[in-house]
Amino acid sequence: MTPPTAPATTARPGTALLSVRDLAKTFPGRRRLGRPAAPVRAVDGVGFDLAAGETLGLVGESGCGKSTTGRMLVRLLEPTAGTIAFDDQDITHLPQRRLRPTRRHLQMIFQDPYASLNPRQTVARIISEPLLVQGDSARDARLKAGELLDLVGLGQEHLDRHPHEFSGGQAQRIGIARALATGPRLVVADEPVSALDVSVQAQIVNLLERLQDELGLALLFIAHDLSVVRRICDRVAVMYLGRIVEIGGKREVYETPAHPYTRALLSAVPLPDPVAERRRERILLLGDPPSPASPPSGCAFHPRCAKAQDICRTQRPELETVGSPTRQAACHFPDSP
Amino acid sequence: MPPITAPSDTPLLSVRDLRVQFDTPAGTVRAVDGISFTVGAGRTLGLVGESGSGKSVTSLAVMGLHRRARVSGSIALAGRELLGLSDQQLSRVRGRRMAMVFQDPLSALHPAYTVGEQIAEAHRRHFGAGRRAAHRQAVDMLGEVGIPEPARRAGEFPHQFSGGMRQRAVIAMALSCEPDLLIADEPTTALDVTVQAQILELIARLQEQRRLGVLMITHDLGVVARVAHEVLVMYGGRAAEQAPVDDLFRQPAHPYTRGLLDSLPRLDDPDDAPLRAIPGSPPSLAAPIPGCPFAPRCSRAAGADAGVRARCAGERPEPVGHGTGRLVACHLPLLPSGTSGSGAPLTAEETR
Repeated sequence: MTPPTAPATTARPGTALLSVRDLAKTFPGRRRLGRPAAPVRAVDGVGFDLAAGETLGLVGESGCGKSTTGRMLVRLLEPTAGTIAFDDQDITHLPQRRLRPTRRHLQMIFQDPYASLNPRQTVARIISEPLLVQGDSARDARLKAGELLDLVGLGQEHLDRHPHEFSGGQAQRIGIARALATGPRLVVADEPVSALDVSVQAQIVNLLERLQDELGLALLFIAHDLSVVRRICDRVAVMYLGRIVEIGGKREVYETPAHPYTRALLSAVPLPDPVAERRRERILLLGDPPSPASPPSGCAFHPRCAKAQDICRTQRPELETVGSPTRQAACHFPDSP
Repeated sequence: MPPITAPSDTPLLSVRDLRVQFDTPAGTVRAVDGISFTVGAGRTLGLVGESGSGKSVTSLAVMGLHRRARVSGSIALAGRELLGLSDQQLSRVRGRRMAMVFQDPLSALHPAYTVGEQIAEAHRRHFGAGRRAAHRQAVDMLGEVGIPEPARRAGEFPHQFSGGMRQRAVIAMALSCEPDLLIADEPTTALDVTVQAQILELIARLQEQRRLGVLMITHDLGVVARVAHEVLVMYGGRAAEQAPVDDLFRQPAHPYTRGLLDSLPRLDDPDDAPLRAIPGSPPSLAAPIPGCPFAPRCSRAAGADAGVRARCAGERPEPVGHGTGRLVACHLPLLPSGTSGSGAPLTAEETR
């Protein structure tokens, strides 16, 4: 629980825009029938670097801690332990007032566009808000809001409408415009397309790719949909029960997964191709992901893993390089390419 | 996946010209506007569509679960017309001959009864079985759907089950009365992908063992490709295209089907070219749509000459047979030259 006294020293200055070390979040257990439940270790030691202009996909199943991680990075949640360095500045515990100059560069897109847009405000007001907070005049902010609407493909004519007048895809464009208003260098997008219909999802994926490219944004893309992540990201980190179990370049992780969980996860995604589906080798995992309130000993994946040995039940594997210098996996028996 | 066999002569479920309308303050919503399909014993029909396409409304209509809607057309289960049956008659069919699995398993489970009691209750009601026999049967069913230690788990409450286990329990309940037809409405959408794989595998195994007809409602084309024999693509309350699964994915004939497949990012596709998105969003059903509901978003219609464009916008395309088992409702279907069908709308008899 003690906050670290020194900023992360492992970050290489000038190479990483965002540097995360040993990040953890523990929620107190809910009391049930008067008895306190075990605390929930939602995130349990997550670390990675993200370079300027890079996209990192954070994938995993529900309860793996990916959203909690994202929320800590933009300081919507206070970390229990670990450090977050943005542009070589330790922002882990900066008070909100001193965080404000950094906030400009650090924005978030949410899953449910309607829930994240104030229904009483006009689109102009919603997009202006972060600009006003940063000290822009009302007139400048409105002008910029109009430009942003053009940028996300909605058009200035929508400035004075309210969120309910828009479809899900359009509302998500407004959420994206707001996130881009202050000219951020890093955007954390938490399941930005999973509430959208398939035909609309592709529009938003293309928009994010275009913006990321044009604006040189770094993007942390949190999603459970591995197909979308493959499309949009340079690198991928796979989480299981609060920890990263594999991280690496998109190609190496998708084509030669090293961690048995990554392999199983990839093989479980149904392909929109009946012929390929019939030919496919599928790894069926047993049971459900375990609860972060009572994580299994050793490697958290061992109860569902076909390769598990004695050491997996007793000793937690750390991330280690597998195959190439850019890929790491936390497994005692990784698959080498 | 079960082996693909020739469809039997008498379909298990036959839906003809189904219409479901809701009266709202904003006008009459035509949620389903003339849908026809059949499901054979041992076969899976995938009903695909986006939100508002009418796929869930269709499944609820088949189960007779609409209260404030006007339902017309014909829904026949093994030759028996269900529309117009009294609630009492219908409730005997429901559960006994057909059962439904929903997206959220908790909505189908009572929180205050044990899982075993709930499965036994269904069995007792439909078979008049004794308490002990029904309990034994419930434990057997839990074991059959892959719940470990079924005798112990039967005594637990739904909240003690994980999401995947709850959906297994709901499937056990649905199948405990040995129905002929299983309607599964997004049964894996709320589940994680590794658990989804288990549930789809389970449904396929049970289908094979029991020659179940399955109506699988989903928005996920991957799920359809994995489980379905035939696919019906819905858009704006209507059928856009219906075809055997391989044909549909290999050569979609409706521009909407093509657009859906093109807009999907694929796990097995290393190509990084931008996705071909469909512009715009699905239509509102509060006003009648005179022409093709997809016309405003259709690039094929937009590229056609003025006469055809007017037809797409103003004249409703009826499902027309193309090749074996394919129906396409489009004035400008995507078909290779030489394979177009008779051009005449198929009658109900011909599509069976």
